[in-house]
Amino acid sequence: MSKSFRTRRGETHALRGINLEIGVSEFLCIVGPSGCGKTTLLRILAGLETQTSGTVTIAQDDPSRPLNSMVFQDHSLFPWLTVLDNAAFGLEMRGVPRTERYEKSRALLESVGLTRFSEYYPHQLSGGMKQRVSLVRAFVTDPEVLLMDEPFAALDAQNKVLLQDELLRIWEASRKTVVYITHSIEEALALGDRIIVMTSSPGQLKETIPVEFPRPRNIFELRARPEFGAISARIWEILELEVLKAREAQP
Amino acid sequence: MTWGKDALSLENRERLLSIASPVALLLVWQLMSWAGLLDPRFIPSPIGIGKAAYALLRSGELLQNIWVSLIRILAGFVIGAVPGILIGLAMGVSRWVRAAIDPLVAALFPIPKISLLPLIMLYLGIGEASKIALVALGVVFLVLINAMAGVLAIDPIHFDVAKNYGAPRYKLWTRVVIPGALPMIFVGMRLGIGVAFIVIVAAEFVAARSGIGYLIWTSWETLRIENMFVGIITITVLGVLTTLVLHEIERLAMPWRREHA
Ligand SMILES: Nc1ncnc2c1ncn2[C@@H]1O[C@H](COP(=O)(O)OP(=O)(O)O)[C@@H](O)[C@H]1O
Ligand SMILES: [Mg+2]
Repeated sequence: MSKSFRTRRGETHALRGINLEIGVSEFLCIVGPSGCGKTTLLRILAGLETQTSGTVTIAQDDPSRPLNSMVFQDHSLFPWLTVLDNAAFGLEMRGVPRTERYEKSRALLESVGLTRFSEYYPHQLSGGMKQRVSLVRAFVTDPEVLLMDEPFAALDAQNKVLLQDELLRIWEASRKTVVYITHSIEEALALGDRIIVMTSSPGQLKETIPVEFPRPRNIFELRARPEFGAISARIWEILELEVLKAREAQP
Repeated sequence: MTWGKDALSLENRERLLSIASPVALLLVWQLMSWAGLLDPRFIPSPIGIGKAAYALLRSGELLQNIWVSLIRILAGFVIGAVPGILIGLAMGVSRWVRAAIDPLVAALFPIPKISLLPLIMLYLGIGEASKIALVALGVVFLVLINAMAGVLAIDPIHFDVAKNYGAPRYKLWTRVVIPGALPMIFVGMRLGIGVAFIVIVAAEFVAARSGIGYLIWTSWETLRIENMFVGIITITVLGVLTTLVLHEIERLAMPWRREHA
């Protein structure tokens, strides 16, 4: 699969020769230098962008469930909806009756400790709380695939780890297929079953690294292990070259 | 706690002062009239204006004129604002609608609406319809332009979210487009109400037998300066009250902006 953007300043090749198979219940992390086409890849999977060539197929065994739900980077909650209505947004769009969608959303909001804030508006929440609501909004629709584009990139270091931990906790309950974009190797290692490193622009898949840490994982514990540092360093070696290339390519 | 007490009394002092200064002004004005420093043919005394207002109220003339003007303003406002909102939102959502209507707006918006009064009277006669139409024309473009700007100002990520979660078209409107544009729609309506007052007074000066504008104009023709002041004060108070009502509607319609500091 490939993707190019036509703009007034010419054609940009964002993705080239992407050939990728993702298993059911797999937590796949994709890392790559910025501008390599990670967001573009995810947006194509999400149906928000159309590929220039090639095909994307998502296996669907229950047509009543959505194919995918996306957790966006930032500012994606609707300022005019309460936390509860934001969380229930996906269900509402699918025509789920009010009582049912509120019930489901409340249950998940409770699991991330936001029950008390159901009637709040996003501007009254911290960044971490907002991203928790975004997670709930995606999980509650029970899609075939969850797509996440650096959902915690804008958070401070402590919140980031807390949220990663919570993400794993809700994920363990359903073990949905996840495609998770990040530029942080540590994050990819802590969350994923498999890590794919992308090349600098135009984005290609460079290398696949299996992550064998047992589940359920405890992120704080995981980060303290010696293997964690070792694999992290190995992946950085692969990535570093691409980051340098990406930097050179900049005008 | 003395700190709290002090803050309160400071606030009270502020409030007291803001009431005292206009009262003082009225007092000085009245004293100057009594002292013969102000020519009553040009500047009547506050008490004189008060007496005139009382007489106009007693005769029912004032309320009648208020009523007539308000009906014209409200009818014109609604007839202008509703299509203004709908067309503006559609222009914001669809680049094709925008491309089609933008040039028309660009050509018609700059026309000073009051200059169309004779033309409109030619088409609609000298009755209520022409005044209402003139107000509607004054309102429609302001509301339309702001509603469109409101949609264009919505963060594109919200449209992505709606699309990703499979929003049907009507949900896209009720959950994204309308609430997202609402703050700007209210900006447009506030500007529109202001223009409606200007337009109606001007129209009633020359082309009506009733209304506050008519009251002001005939007071000038018959040199009843007190009545003229009553008219000016009345239309000002009406304008302030309408703005307050609109502000309250705005607060109720957008609960998510209420707690904004
Ligand atoms: N809508 C677009 N129009 C034109 N070029 C785009 C568009 N979106 C992304 N690109 C280009 O595609 C490349 C990949 O972008 P992106 O997928 O956002 O990278 P990443 O998420 O890895 O940082 C970049 O060179 C970017 O400039
Ligand atoms: Mg990106």
